Amino acid sequence: MATRLRFENSCEIGVFTKLTNAYCLVANEGSESFYSIFESELADVIPVVKTSIGGTRIIGRLCIGNKKGLLLPHTTTDQELQHLRNSLPDEVVVQRINEKLSALGNCMACNDHVALTHTDLDKETEEMIADVLGVEVFRQTIAGNVLVGSYCAFSNRGGLVHPHTSIEDLDELSTLLQVPLVAGTVNRGSEVIAGGLIVNDWTAFCGSDTTATELSVIENVFKLREAQPNDVANEMRKSLIDTLA
Amino acid sequence: MAAMDGESGMFVVQQTIGSVLCCKCGIPMTPNAANMCVKCLRSEVDITEGLQKHVIITHCPECDTYLQPPRTRIKAQLESKELLTFCCKRVKNLSKLKLIHAEFVWTEPHSKRIKVKLRVQKEVLNGAVLEQACVVEYVVQDQMCESCSRAQANGDQWVAAVQLRQHVSHRRTFFYLEQLILKHDAAVRAIRIKQMDQGIDFFFGSRSHAAKFIDFVGKVVPVKTRHDKQLVSHDQKSNNFNYKYTFSVEICPICREDLVCLPPKLVANLGNLGPLVICTKVSNSIALLDPSSLRHCFLDTEQYWRASFKSLLTSKQLVEYVVLDVDIVSSDVNIGGDSKHVLAEVQVARVSDFGKNDTMFFVKTHLGHLLNVGDYALGYDLYAANSNDMELDKYKGLVLPEVILVKKSYEEKRQKKGGKARPWKLKSLNMEVDISGATRGRVDEEKMDAEYEQFLRDLEENPELRFNISLYRNRDYQPSEMASVIDGDDDDDDDAPVVPSEEFADLEINDEDVKGDDDDDDGMRESS
Repeated sequence: MATRLRFENSCEIGVFTKLTNAYCLVANEGSESFYSIFESELADVIPVVKTSIGGTRIIGRLCIGNKKGLLLPHTTTDQELQHLRNSLPDEVVVQRINEKLSALGNCMACNDHVALTHTDLDKETEEMIADVLGVEVFRQTIAGNVLVGSYCAFSNRGGLVHPHTSIEDLDELSTLLQVPLVAGTVNRGSEVIAGGLIVNDWTAFCGSDTTATELSVIENVFKLREAQPNDVANEMRKSLIDTLA
Repeated sequence: MAAMDGESGMFVVQQTIGSVLCCKCGIPMTPNAANMCVKCLRSEVDITEGLQKHVIITHCPECDTYLQPPRTRIKAQLESKELLTFCCKRVKNLSKLKLIHAEFVWTEPHSKRIKVKLRVQKEVLNGAVLEQACVVEYVVQDQMCESCSRAQANGDQWVAAVQLRQHVSHRRTFFYLEQLILKHDAAVRAIRIKQMDQGIDFFFGSRSHAAKFIDFVGKVVPVKTRHDKQLVSHDQKSNNFNYKYTFSVEICPICREDLVCLPPKLVANLGNLGPLVICTKVSNSIALLDPSSLRHCFLDTEQYWRASFKSLLTSKQLVEYVVLDVDIVSSDVNIGGDSKHVLAEVQVARVSDFGKNDTMFFVKTHLGHLLNVGDYALGYDLYAANSNDMELDKYKGLVLPEVILVKKSYEEKRQKKGGKARPWKLKSLNMEVDISGATRGRVDEEKMDAEYEQFLRDLEENPELRFNISLYRNRDYQPSEMASVIDGDDDDDDDAPVVPSEEFADLEINDEDVKGDDDDDDGMRESS
């Protein structure tokens, strides 16, 4: 199920939080109720970590990660890096990278297998992404926007992209990502998808302006109705066994 | 799916616009800036919200004008373009929207309501442009405008009066001036025009109208102006002063064909011109001609008023002579454009003396080009005149000519034709007659008629005079056969002058203009 919430009167909750299948990062100094929503929803499955990045609260736009790793921009302080390494599970690799496009969250989007990146990203960064996150990297644009991280949100089960994305682009992207994609909006018609929506394989959070129609689109495409935290592992195991068998 | 771009040769992926669900109602639609279907967008935002839907406009029922605050009044018919512009301007907050279209919705004229349908566009919700129509209702409140209410209360309440005067015994100048004023619409703003002894009074509703009129008069005749004002009321709190202005405008008493004896100082200034000269033309300057030498000069307004001389003899005192002999002295001399003169020595005798005695005069005249033996001419009889002119007395030992001829006389020819109506006529200003003048009764009226007839003849004889005024076709005029028979046996070039028909061919006076000149405006427009 998707949850609607707001962060200090802002519906752009994707700016202040980062959600993956293995951990959830929440901005420091937010209200306790905001934090507790994530706690109640996720705490028994994955760690919910309060942090800042480079002293700012806009952590969702600055970092990128999946269940295998977390990439932080060069602005991240040593203390923050240490705090994250301590707080996150041991199997999650936390790495700081030297990339001039430091808003990593805006410049790339990923699930556990594939990442879409800004077209101007460094070669080293690209290699680092592939190594740390364990993903295939594609340089892409979404509806003509280079900030792929802002205009799409996808998990291992589905994805939502900018409403102006043409059908041909949708086909191409879903072929790359190997997940069904749909063009849509969040926060009552906002096209900045990642700003209003954070999603992993079994749950999603979106800005409180999101309408029922948008919510139903999100729940359908991310297959959240039937999703349970364990399902993922089970299904994965099944498919693994399938392929092994 | 893919196509070659013809111009650049680049491979371009064809883009098919997909559809997204409207974020409110969930129907599929093409994505737009608000990502909301038009219906939902309409329900969400009303772009005409801030627009004033009921407007009260003030209308003056007398002059059919609408008040554009703070003070301007706009004349507009119902359903006219002007009214639509006015109405759109009166709607508050319309400037924040983009007006696409406006039209009137028909309403009963007596309902005092005007309805205007506006189509407006506005950018809403991050760049989506919404278009919407709305009807604005105007309530027309009748309220008389300041000038109309003033006119209703007391029609002739004037603020500025122009007293135009010429201190001469005839009204020829005013007849001419009247035509000029009509032609140039100079007195359309006058509330009232009153004919006075030796002049005309014009009354205006505002000082600037009077000032404009005086400017006009100053351009066509030499005038001297002085003005006075009288305090009517005074508001101490707002420092408003309410005055009545009176302009006294004096026209120079020298008229065309007047004989003038120039003051010695002016004669010296003009290089010993004259001192006996004939005034040949009066416009904003005075043209003077010495008939014995054909020397001439122009005096502008300032020069005249500095010397400010009077005429020695005026056209009323012209005496008719018969020409007995003409001896051309010089060839043609052109004076001031197209008026041509030839110096000649002529032998004349008074018509009154003809057959009684043998008194004859030899004089020099500037009319050599017009006069033939046996013609009649009008001139000043200095031989018999008993003048007591101050200026004349200053000249010691000045030998006066016995006669100064001024113009050729066509009296004879006119009498032959016998009071024939003219094929043209003139408009007249709607003037009130001074009550004090009316006591003199019919004698005065007859004198006026005679002067007017004289003025019309002057017009016929003098194309230069006609140049600035509008002649109108006389519809009642029928060229009679009798007249043409009489014309036939006359010498053609010696005929009394008539106005060529092309000069008035295209102008006709409306019926109402002829009757009473009630509607000056319409008639004037025709003449322009």
